[in-house]
Amino acid sequence: MADPIRWARYRWQRLIPTEGRECSSNNSSSKCYQLSKTTGKHRVVIPCLGHFKEEYEKLSKLYMNNKIRTTRYTLLTFLPRNLFEQFHRREKKYIDECWKNVNVGDFVRLSRNEIIPADMVLLYSSDPDGICYIETASLDGETNLKQRQVVRGYSEQVSEIDPEEFSSRIECESPNNDLSCFRGFVEHSNMDRVGLSKENLLLRGCTVRNTEAVVGIVVYAGHETKAMLNNSGPHYKRSKLERKVNTDILWCVLLLLLMCLTGAVGHGIWLSKYSEVPFFNIPGPDGKLSPPTLAGFYMFWTMIILLQVLIPVSLYVSIEIVKLGQIYLIQNDIDFYYEKTDSTIQCRALNIAEDLGQIQYIFSDKTGTLTENKMVFRRCTIAGQEYCHEENAKRLECYQEMDSKDEDSADCQCGSSAPTSKCQGNNWRAVCEPLNRKSMTQLSGRFSAFKRQEEAGDTSNSGHMAFSSPIETDVVPDTQLLEKFSQISFHSYQQSEKASSKSSLETMYIADFFLALAICNTVVVSGPSQTHQKVRLSSLSRMPIKSLEEIRQMFQRFSVWRLSSSPLPSVKESSSESPNSFVRKLSIFGMKLASPTLDGADERISEPHNTDSPENSQVPGEIHLVNVAAGGEPNHAVSSIELSPIPKLSYEAESPDEAALVHAARAYKCVLQSRTPDQVTVDFAGLGSLTFQLLHILPFDSLRKRMSVVVRHPVSNKVVVYTKGSDSVMMDLLRTASEVHTNNSEIEEKIKERTQHHLDDYARRGLRTLCIAKKVMSDAEYAEWLNHRFLAETSIDNREDLLLESAMRLETNLTLLGATGIEDHLQEGVPDTIQALRKAGIKIWMLTGDKRETAVNIAYACKLLEPKDKIFTLKSQSRDACALVMSKILEDIQDNTSVKKNRSEKLGNASASPSTQAQGFNSGLVIDGRTLEHVLHDSLQNIFLELTEKCRAVVCCQATPLQKSVLVKLVRSKLKAMTLAVGDGANDVSMIQVADTGVGISGQEGMQAVMASDFAISQFRHLRKLLLVHGHWCYTRLTNMVLYFFYKNVTYVNLLFWYQFFCGFSGTSMTDYWILILFNLLFTSVPPIIYGVLDKDVSAEILMELPQLYTMSQKSVAYLPSAFWITLLDAFYQSLVCFFVPYFTYCGSDIDIFSFGNPINTAALFIMLFHLLIECKSVTWIHTVVIVGSILFYFVFTLAIGATCKTHNPRSDFYWIMEKHMTDPVFYLVCLLTTCIALLPRYLIRVLQGTLFPSPVSRAKYLVRLSPEERRKEIKRWKDECNVNYRVKLQATSVPSS
Amino acid sequence: MAVNYSAKEEADGHPSGGVGVPGGGAVGGGGGAGAVKTRKPDNTAFKQQRLPAWQPILTAGTVLPAFFIIGLIFIPIGIGIFVTSNNIREYEIDYTGTEPSSPCNKCLNVSWDSTPPCTCTINFTLEHSFESNVFMYYGLSNFYQNHRRYVKSRDDSQLNGDNSSLLNPSKECEPYRTNEDKPIAPCGAIANSMFNDTLELYRIDNDTRTPITLIKKGIAWWTDKNVKFRNPTGDGNNLTALFQGTTKPVNWPKPVYMLDSEPDNNGFINEDFIVWMRTAALPTFRKLYRLIERKNSFQPTLQAGKYSLDIAYNYPVHSFDGRKRMILSTISWMGGKNPFLGIAYITVGSICFFLGVVLLFIHHKYGNRNTSADIPN
Repeated sequence: MADPIRWARYRWQRLIPTEGRECSSNNSSSKCYQLSKTTGKHRVVIPCLGHFKEEYEKLSKLYMNNKIRTTRYTLLTFLPRNLFEQFHRREKKYIDECWKNVNVGDFVRLSRNEIIPADMVLLYSSDPDGICYIETASLDGETNLKQRQVVRGYSEQVSEIDPEEFSSRIECESPNNDLSCFRGFVEHSNMDRVGLSKENLLLRGCTVRNTEAVVGIVVYAGHETKAMLNNSGPHYKRSKLERKVNTDILWCVLLLLLMCLTGAVGHGIWLSKYSEVPFFNIPGPDGKLSPPTLAGFYMFWTMIILLQVLIPVSLYVSIEIVKLGQIYLIQNDIDFYYEKTDSTIQCRALNIAEDLGQIQYIFSDKTGTLTENKMVFRRCTIAGQEYCHEENAKRLECYQEMDSKDEDSADCQCGSSAPTSKCQGNNWRAVCEPLNRKSMTQLSGRFSAFKRQEEAGDTSNSGHMAFSSPIETDVVPDTQLLEKFSQISFHSYQQSEKASSKSSLETMYIADFFLALAICNTVVVSGPSQTHQKVRLSSLSRMPIKSLEEIRQMFQRFSVWRLSSSPLPSVKESSSESPNSFVRKLSIFGMKLASPTLDGADERISEPHNTDSPENSQVPGEIHLVNVAAGGEPNHAVSSIELSPIPKLSYEAESPDEAALVHAARAYKCVLQSRTPDQVTVDFAGLGSLTFQLLHILPFDSLRKRMSVVVRHPVSNKVVVYTKGSDSVMMDLLRTASEVHTNNSEIEEKIKERTQHHLDDYARRGLRTLCIAKKVMSDAEYAEWLNHRFLAETSIDNREDLLLESAMRLETNLTLLGATGIEDHLQEGVPDTIQALRKAGIKIWMLTGDKRETAVNIAYACKLLEPKDKIFTLKSQSRDACALVMSKILEDIQDNTSVKKNRSEKLGNASASPSTQAQGFNSGLVIDGRTLEHVLHDSLQNIFLELTEKCRAVVCCQATPLQKSVLVKLVRSKLKAMTLAVGDGANDVSMIQVADTGVGISGQEGMQAVMASDFAISQFRHLRKLLLVHGHWCYTRLTNMVLYFFYKNVTYVNLLFWYQFFCGFSGTSMTDYWILILFNLLFTSVPPIIYGVLDKDVSAEILMELPQLYTMSQKSVAYLPSAFWITLLDAFYQSLVCFFVPYFTYCGSDIDIFSFGNPINTAALFIMLFHLLIECKSVTWIHTVVIVGSILFYFVFTLAIGATCKTHNPRSDFYWIMEKHMTDPVFYLVCLLTTCIALLPRYLIRVLQGTLFPSPVSRAKYLVRLSPEERRKEIKRWKDECNVNYRVKLQATSVPSS
Repeated sequence: MAVNYSAKEEADGHPSGGVGVPGGGAVGGGGGAGAVKTRKPDNTAFKQQRLPAWQPILTAGTVLPAFFIIGLIFIPIGIGIFVTSNNIREYEIDYTGTEPSSPCNKCLNVSWDSTPPCTCTINFTLEHSFESNVFMYYGLSNFYQNHRRYVKSRDDSQLNGDNSSLLNPSKECEPYRTNEDKPIAPCGAIANSMFNDTLELYRIDNDTRTPITLIKKGIAWWTDKNVKFRNPTGDGNNLTALFQGTTKPVNWPKPVYMLDSEPDNNGFINEDFIVWMRTAALPTFRKLYRLIERKNSFQPTLQAGKYSLDIAYNYPVHSFDGRKRMILSTISWMGGKNPFLGIAYITVGSICFFLGVVLLFIHHKYGNRNTSADIPN
């Protein structure tokens, strides 16, 4: 794709230090010199315009251009295009350009739905807020829209940016592959600097959506774009089996060398036997004969050419084909189909399917993997008072029932719609309450009609969208809390700020709590009418309390602090859903009513039309409204109030928790109405609509484990910080009594204590907990902080640290408001799957970022831990303590096991029943994140692993993504175990990549995990069939095929080798070259491939029922080193038989070379194919067709070559041989005898094995033949037996392993 | 992160918000859940791996019959072959002459083209008469006609009568490609080393030597004689003219067109030559030399009695410790005498039968192992 020469040159240039050159390109002022010192790391972008031309050329010629080979620009189109462009250039218009002509410094203007050609900084967006929506699906697979923001200082420009007037310099970091990070600044001509972040960068490959036009300046082009730098090619994982095969192939090479050496030495000896040159040893073309030693040396190489078939090159090809076939079958397994998301398994790695059969350790994420990641608001505690939301719990129960009903049959949708409507109704009341009564009644008629439609859509589509199923969105408020909540009024709120009476304080807490829930997030609000188009609500008309003038003043005040905010855009934005557009939507809705069964495909087709028309036509309406607002016509404004809350707001959240919290807040009539970069509007029941000036958002990161927003409170007019985060970090950040001596401090202490108590309780119930806190700042404090923040934002080098530090400065001395408990449902079938996998001998670890109590709870819920297990918790502050604790636990376990062992031995002697013996000792280990750090240290790794080996389950909580991957790596490298990591979120990516097999769950948290994974499934329970059935099958199939391939090659090559003993080691082959070549290629290649793809030793049902069978493939029973050598031995035996039976039959007769070779060859074919039949566990018609086809093909081919090749050089001795043999009874007799003798031992051994020492697999095979009842009984008996064995084995191994 | 939150709303058809303007971003996500086009795999037997299959379980019980059947089939076949092979009469004389007592000892160090040829006569007695047609072979031992370079040293196009190859033989023939700048007519080492002893058989009946008619035609494969080996074509049938411009192989006393007097057995289609050109597979081999046909049904082809073999000893084998033999043999449907195949069949049949008995015993004793769960593992 890429221009290779350019690319190479570019790489070369990057190697040469560019510091000096770039320095000279800058102005020689001292300041610039200082800058250019770091230009090795940074790049300077200057617009490609007339007055910067010179500088631009100096600077930018070193940058990569966007040249990628395309075929759009042909010679034919060049001239007219060029003229056209010249014309446009004079007109100072944007010209259409090919991607390859885009260079760094170019201005690029893109329209909607265009793909971004290079990484560029966004300078203008047609969106009044300076926002541009992009879809990043091609980069990370996430289909939601991302917001990008115009560089501050440009966003207020009303008209489109004029490139001619752009005179700033952009300095940013050198090209790198970090998609989530971009650092730089714009330096205006007056030396003002504005920081740039990834919010300002449009990445190449993304698509502009829902934004009419954007203009940006290119900063990275071509191969320097982040998308291209990220394209490191697929990571290649090689399966364990393949590694083993490689070593065995080395053995084959050794064998080949040995055989060739034998040939060489033999030839030398044979030659030296003759005192004079025999006349059948003809000299070379030059008439000279080489001495025996030299001839032997030459013969070595001749032999290598002759016998090279021994190196099974075709094996690699066949393995690949077989793997493709296996993957095809896995992908087509109907059991992996998950109807709710219409997704099935995706096999992204084609070459490690057989590793699925050898997994010993599974590392699982918790959220979204074991659980559904459907966050449901369950409980909250505010100001130390718990609200348990019993009604909500009841509602959830009703949903669960509904869910199960849904799964039972799709027909009961009508029945299940009843509870939905109830809940919906509830919800509706909540939303509509703030409405004007009159308009409510006006609209109610329409409502009922629409509601019906909505319900139908809801039930049929539930679960398809992220975080939007009714189970998540609808929260029934707690009555007690609702009562308190309803007391909140504007007045009381204002009072409560000053007064400190307990009741009013609580009121304030509650109000603040819900405001925090609604504000402190990054949820994007969008109306359903225009997808991803934010709802613009009139901030003016919906603030009836304050006059326009007041607000204007307020904004002006803010603009002191905010560099870029000006009151203008917010005024301009005052347009709302005009009645006009609402009516139009109704009409479109009517169309939908008419054809309710529109399927997805049709909808997609119709989308472009739909998107275009309303938005275009909306423009005049908008302008009209602006005029109206300016004119101050109150009537119209009122009408917009009436209509504005009607659109069902949809929240687009980055994480399900956020969505759950916002929905919870909405249930309490604290509705997040809109969010722009500058402000957040919340419709608060008692207070009316509040617009918060959004000063700052400190986004969530895994290091801080919290997020904060800084807003200007519209009521109190103070700067307020709302912080939301995990309780472990939040509790340390709270204001302590000793620091601030207010009269509230005592209460606060109490609240903190009680909240902590509640939090512990939530965690025990398996709820995810979040603490909500707030802090009020004075303007001076804020100004000081803002200064620091600004410095941090504009720095390039250690910006992260500085930002973190500034965040830390802000998030201190917080006041705890309360906490929330969110429930995460377990996925369907998780406990069964975990139990089955455990029975299959797989150790399961749960690695989660959640807190300990939650993690342990989920572990119990999904039967990872069982109630009778002994749980050891590893939690210590220092490394030494940690070591001590671990050794103590080890001792403890050992004591326990030895006691148990003694007892079990006694019991065993008394031939106790399995049930009593099964009461083994099990232990689980729980580690928290801080201890994990110590444990992963080199000195403690070994003891830790030893400890974990003895534990049934390991739960690591509060683990960072890095720790997860280190753990996986540790187990993988130290224990040499096959690991599988399964996860669904971005935090599991590193773990998935490190593990031998990475499984991604395409759940709710985007696509990163799926993109990084080798297999992507939609449900955790699919893992069971994937491993137990497909893993087992793939592994046994492939091993058997590989062994068969070795056997086949060694047998065939040995035939040639044995002949060397009878032709003076001269390298003659007794078969025609064509047949020799094609034997492996055509006649015997397809059956093993079919065998490798389709062979089925045990049926899927039995494999699922008896997970114990998995241990067969797990321990590589089918491909032990001995198996390879036994196969080789058998190959030697068979080749000996295959050669010497014809030899003794024909020796001394007038047989010629090819007539001798033909029965050998034919017999070899039969032997190999029948050998395959013996090894085949199941023979379908495909097998039959392929084997019969191979035989027929062989005969047709040899007959054809025998009939036609009378003069093909150098030898045509094969002429008519097959034809003659076909009429010769001896030929058939020889073939029959040879085949029988050759296969007899293997057949006999298989028979004896099957009779005397049946493997579990063959016993399982036998089960298929039984009647269902007998089978059930048999399986039960087997399970008991296996339990006993497993336990005995476990105890036996656990002692010596220490 | 969130997947198209609003795309669902669009499908929901919510009233108040207005419906039906799906944004451009709604593609993908859950939008693919159409009723017609799902990603659900086909529920076919092949794709779900539920093809009806024959699942052989190899246990003593199931394979018992196979062993008995093999035994019962193989033993009679073996006996049949063995009897047939034993009925074949075969007589062999080694006339290499390495032993001093041998009449041919004097010719031991003969060279390729010694004139006059060294001749010797060996007398022998047939104990049994040969009833049916007798095949007369010459046998060579320790002669590696299957040596790789030797085998290659020929030009099949030339032998097939290709005129251009006649005058410009293949490189494979080196160093027997040209002699004194003239192309060698059957080029290559195989032709060059053609067996050139002449064997004549006499029956000694009361001191009178009656020559036995040796038929020299019909000893080569029909396809070889009529398809693969062709004389060069040209005007007229005069072989001397057709082979104009070529020279004889170095070791040959006379050129290829003088191998025989009869025109249909001369040149490349000389049957002795064709037989020699079919290179033997093993270092000890025999090649058909002549046929002795049974004259009438009342008299055996060769009666028991005294015979003498006149040999024109030309072929030097002493240098590589080779041996030369003359073999007289009758043949059956399965070729020459070879007891191996019969014995092998009988042995294998017996072993199979025996194994069948053993398996029967095993089956009787342990046959129900598969089902019983109380095996101590």
